[in-house]
Amino acid sequence: METTVTQLQMIPLVYYIIFCTALFTIGVVGVLVKRNALAIFMSVELMLNSANLLLAAFSAYRNDPSGQVFVFFIMVVAAAEIAIGLALLVVVYRSSRTIDINILNRLKW
Amino acid sequence: MFQVYLFLFLSCVALFSAMMVLLSKKPIHSVLYLTLTFFALAGHYILLNAQFLAVVHVIVYAGAIMVLFLFTVMLLNLNKEGQFPKTKLVKIIAAIAGGLLFVVLIGSLKSFDLATVSNPAVSQIGLVKNLGKTLFSQYLLPFELSSILFLSAMVGAVMLGKKDKE
Repeated sequence: METTVTQLQMIPLVYYIIFCTALFTIGVVGVLVKRNALAIFMSVELMLNSANLLLAAFSAYRNDPSGQVFVFFIMVVAAAEIAIGLALLVVVYRSSRTIDINILNRLKW
Repeated sequence: MFQVYLFLFLSCVALFSAMMVLLSKKPIHSVLYLTLTFFALAGHYILLNAQFLAVVHVIVYAGAIMVLFLFTVMLLNLNKEGQFPKTKLVKIIAAIAGGLLFVVLIGSLKSFDLATVSNPAVSQIGLVKNLGKTLFSQYLLPFELSSILFLSAMVGAVMLGKKDKE
């Protein structure tokens, strides 16, 4: 068993860190740049997914199932969040006919 | 070696489609590229031997959340170009800020202790059987509470989406 473990090619954990960080950064840039509230939601989804993948990778490399259970719970919460968020977006669009966040700035003052 | 090539291929697909989510002009194209990103990430989960997560990811994200996004795009009539003009300065500033964030995160995460205990290709923890045992023994209460969360989310979404009487 030990020999088969060492013989199998392993992807270094650093690769996962670099990939997930890149994906997270793309999400952050999307949140910063986009003015469409729906596109901001999509960027938040990208960030959530990159965090999920890194959690699952660490869990798999550390042989600890708790990490993957946490990923499952994050997916549950993300699904609920998206359902509520998109419903809110539709309500905002109905009341002000736009989802441009530069116009929806009435909380600023 | 095959696994590393597969990893690189999936990563390239995911990063490219994530970039296209930001770069596409039409929101509906963004949503479709986001679906492609989610499928690439499901491939990553399979590569980690986390089969349960891969299946849940495809069902929840590529199934449920994508349908919600597509319906919202069509409901809000967003599929027109040029609704959200932005200046070049904002793009440059965001790119610089994103690059700096990338460097800082890599620098801080690389100093971690990255000792690996097991090889994901042979570890069995991601299978439905083993994950289910953990989920229903150690994390039973959070699992049951998440059903209440879903119920409240459903009630909230229906209440918000309902048309006003007046």
